[in-house]
Amino acid sequence: MGTITTEPAAPLLAVRGLRVEYEPGRAAVDGVDLDLKPGEIVALVGESGSGKTTLARSILGLLPATARIAAGSIDFDGTDLAGLTEKQLTRIRGRRIGLVPQDPGASLDPVRTIGSQVAEVFRLHRDGRRRTRRELRAEVIRLLTMVGIDRPEERLRQYPHELSGGLKQRVLIAIGFSLRPQVLIADEPTSALDVTVQRTVLEVFDRLAKEFGTAVVFVTHDLAVATDHADRIVVMRGGRIREDRAVAEILSRPEDEYTVRLLAEAAPARAAAPAASAEEGGPAPAFALEARGLVKVFGRGGIEHRAVDAVSFGVRPGTTFSLVGESGSGKSTTARMLMRLLDPTEGSVLVDGRDVTGLDGRGKRDLWRTLQLVYQNPDSALDPRLRIRDIIAEPLLNFGLGDRAARRERVAELLEQVNLPDHAAAARPMELSGGQRQRVAIARALALGAKALVLDEALSALDVLTQAQILALLQELQRELKLTYLFISHDLHVVERISDQVGVMRGGRLVETGPTAGIFGDPQHEYTRLLLDSNPGHRLRGLAGATNH
Amino acid sequence: MGRYVALRIGQALLVVWLAYTVIFLAVQLLPGDPVTIFLSTDAAVDQATIDNMKRQYGYDQPLPVQYFAQLGGLLHGDVGYSLASGEPVAARIGGVIGSTLALALSAFATAVGLALAVVAAATLTRSAALRKLLTNLPPLFAAVPVFWLGLVLLELLSIRWGVMSLFPDGSFLSLAVPVFVLGVHVSAPIAQVLLKSIDTVYNQPFIDVLRAKGASAAWIFFHHALKNAAGPAATITGITVGTLLAGSVITETVFARSGLGAVVLQAVTTQDVPLVQGLVLLTATVFVAVNLLVDLLYPLLDPRILKSNGQGSPRALGV
Amino acid sequence: MTLQFNETETTTTTTAGPVRGAARRAGAGRARLWLTAVPLLLVLCWALFPALFSWQDPIAGVGAEKFQPPSGGHWFGTDHLGRDVYTRVVHGTSQTLLTAGLAVLVGLVAGTAVGLAAATAGRAADAATMRLVDVLLAVPGFLISLIVVTAFEPGPVSLGVGVGIASIASFARVVRSEVLRVRNLDFVEAAFLSGGTYRTVILRHILPNATGPVLALLAVDLGAAILAISGLGFLGFGAPPPTPEWGLLIAEGRQYLGSAWWMTSLPGLVIVATVVLLAGLGRQLLKIFRF
Repeated sequence: MGTITTEPAAPLLAVRGLRVEYEPGRAAVDGVDLDLKPGEIVALVGESGSGKTTLARSILGLLPATARIAAGSIDFDGTDLAGLTEKQLTRIRGRRIGLVPQDPGASLDPVRTIGSQVAEVFRLHRDGRRRTRRELRAEVIRLLTMVGIDRPEERLRQYPHELSGGLKQRVLIAIGFSLRPQVLIADEPTSALDVTVQRTVLEVFDRLAKEFGTAVVFVTHDLAVATDHADRIVVMRGGRIREDRAVAEILSRPEDEYTVRLLAEAAPARAAAPAASAEEGGPAPAFALEARGLVKVFGRGGIEHRAVDAVSFGVRPGTTFSLVGESGSGKSTTARMLMRLLDPTEGSVLVDGRDVTGLDGRGKRDLWRTLQLVYQNPDSALDPRLRIRDIIAEPLLNFGLGDRAARRERVAELLEQVNLPDHAAAARPMELSGGQRQRVAIARALALGAKALVLDEALSALDVLTQAQILALLQELQRELKLTYLFISHDLHVVERISDQVGVMRGGRLVETGPTAGIFGDPQHEYTRLLLDSNPGHRLRGLAGATNH
Repeated sequence: MGRYVALRIGQALLVVWLAYTVIFLAVQLLPGDPVTIFLSTDAAVDQATIDNMKRQYGYDQPLPVQYFAQLGGLLHGDVGYSLASGEPVAARIGGVIGSTLALALSAFATAVGLALAVVAAATLTRSAALRKLLTNLPPLFAAVPVFWLGLVLLELLSIRWGVMSLFPDGSFLSLAVPVFVLGVHVSAPIAQVLLKSIDTVYNQPFIDVLRAKGASAAWIFFHHALKNAAGPAATITGITVGTLLAGSVITETVFARSGLGAVVLQAVTTQDVPLVQGLVLLTATVFVAVNLLVDLLYPLLDPRILKSNGQGSPRALGV
Repeated sequence: MTLQFNETETTTTTTAGPVRGAARRAGAGRARLWLTAVPLLLVLCWALFPALFSWQDPIAGVGAEKFQPPSGGHWFGTDHLGRDVYTRVVHGTSQTLLTAGLAVLVGLVAGTAVGLAAATAGRAADAATMRLVDVLLAVPGFLISLIVVTAFEPGPVSLGVGVGIASIASFARVVRSEVLRVRNLDFVEAAFLSGGTYRTVILRHILPNATGPVLALLAVDLGAAILAISGLGFLGFGAPPPTPEWGLLIAEGRQYLGSAWWMTSLPGLVIVATVVLLAGLGRQLLKIFRF
């Protein structure tokens, strides 16, 4: 590859000194230069707020109404896109620059059929050609087949809600590629999909880009995905480009300090076996948390759905057990049954060897003093109207523990434990960042002295570096307070770092359980292998492996 | 699909029956029976006349008998007899409903047209000032009392400029002005809901995808946004049936038109209970029928409704 | 530490991100709130201390001054008995506002009870109460008020109750949907996990978080009640004649449409302004209380 600046080929797209503002004086993208050559795949990588989406959208002229290009140019094949009117842009969009959006679930018009939405592109860009209905239909079927959609004739008359997320994203890819644009903007195209689906969808994407020679701007927060699919990586932070180099170079010789940190998080040396003390030595201690033959059947009458089917496992005190699986695998339902928020259809739940399946309201209230839950989304898990100190003190108040002063002291202690500054106590949730809010949620869970935490996708809503910080906090707390964790996640990467034991779920069943090293190093079940294989970051792991050993 | 339709129709029938029952019970809550109330304004009536009339109208029967007799009558289209005129209630209402229906239907069409025009213009205009002005129109429309707008227009058109007669004479203006006045009033809730749901639609990612396909603002509005926003608007449109009726009564009074309005006012002031009962039942039935229609059409606007829940009506999803 | 960035990016599953740049917008919102609230407070003061804001007698007129157009001495002109129309509007405020307030109170209390019951007392109770709400919706509120007013003694109380009954349905629906929305939020479940009881969770979390839309409806419904009451007053079902009441004022003016336009137009404008301001207040309350 060689350095970009000396490359002779003229760029197809050249962004120069771009500055985008949402409010005067506050730039979301500031002084950005970016080149895109024909057929090249460039990944824009960064955390939320880095400006990567704003940059990508300004190329399409799709900035929100409040945003404004304050300076700079976007040169595309001789025209400055930044200076075009909306009307002129409509002739370029879809035909010469396409988009594959972030959230397939909401990116198709819910009240129009798939067929009409794919055909729409041809209606919008007639190019002097009037296609008959029959021609259109054939064209649409050809496109749907191209992206690997089965039974395309049937799909024409279906509505988006009748298709799975993966299929919807394929439809959107078909729309994006339909007129063979020179440039395609892919905005987090697979972050809403399960890993196995993500892999197949990205395969289609790569194949088409190569086949049509389309240049792609691939926006993602996931460095692992970026390194697997892009030729070049552009790391953004705070509206500026931190590093812009070919994948191989950035992997082997990252220069920017921020890139180095991102890479470190994306490809960690295999977790240094966290406190495996409980594993061996002496008689096996009782499980802190145990599921015995749990079954949950939803629905009544005709349509029954076994969301969880005969799931049994145990978590030893002071260790972490992770349940991994894709959406719909039943892992969250299992967690809710363990929490006793949901009654199992069959089976039992044991906490510290005591059967808690039959507990009534009061019994559960006592159970929750030692067993607590941390939610995925810290936004909705904290009452927006209350101050942080009142949120953390609520369990104490409910159980009438201590007087005002004592509660205050305990709140201060908990804040310190989760590494939040004192003054956070007076803030309201909206004034904190996502990571800080998750710390508050953890503090509340620990307020009554819980011994076991169920963490339901507790890191999934956070940025990579924030994830790493919360992860470190969880490990520290586990060591200090001898906590037992049941960790629910779809993210293999995080699971590998935190767990002692891992259980893999699919379709309501626990298909494989074992120590982390075993599951990741020597998976027995075919599905576990598929899951690990789909996990992005192959190049990253290859390189990390090469440098580590 | 079949389940959805059956459920909706069943619910509609249930509501009509409940409405009948509630009205029947409400009448029993009145101080005294209908005949006594009706004749109470007349000092010269003796007990014998009252008893005689009670017997005639069946108000001397035990309550359950009255309840089922009236219900049975209803099933045969018999809504009872007016105490004031002795005429069948159905005939009394049927005689005047034509003119009211004409007013209400044209006003309704005007309202829908006006709401669509305001919302389309507000969405598609490039001028921020014009958009602000247009989006503030519906709340203003909602705040204008029907009778006041009618009177102001009468004052201007008839008295100041003399282009319209004070009383209905069949001329274009004497027909169009009442329709306009009522139309403005009814358009307010429709336009407000439509504006709000259009706003929600434009915040969804698929709008960006459409723009990225190269669709123009007008294309997006007419091909996609409108159909997406139509559901909630259709629901509120169904609910405006009540507003339409109340507005008709007042509009008819202001413009001295004959119609249901006069009957309603007369029935209420003379405390002609069977006539009032008939009117209430009629409006409730019309309301339920229109909203049933909206519910049944809803899946055509939004196919998701069939899948998401067979339970609640789209109305239950909140307006 | 907080993201002050007005960014539209969302990574992974963050959907309900914090409202960014909220502080700056809140300032503008506050100014607008005052612009709405101050005139409304003025109207409230008219109702409470009418004598402070008007100088003439609302009931007894000066015969020599009848049918005078608006002027410095008579802002809204005078009527057929030589009474100052502005004075009558000011003095009519209490009648209109009191009746409308009663109506809203009836709607709020009964509607909240019905809505809460529907949302919390199980599926059967929900179905039953919502069908009853359907019945209430099906009969036009106008007709309900009309019947209540005539069936019982005409006057502000029966008028208020009648109009109030008509607004029970909308309160019940808003309360129900808000409680259902809030009840499904994670923090409510977390409150139970923290040892909260049914009562403490409803009082501490569900009701406070559901108040925004209810407050907003309260303002809007007050406007609707004023309209309904003045409409009924116009038809002659309100307060008896010498009492000034907004709808009645317009009805009186109707007979002199040809000679004294101000008798209908100006009191009507006061109604329009009040209702528009109330609707605006409702929208702003909704924004303030939305999290």
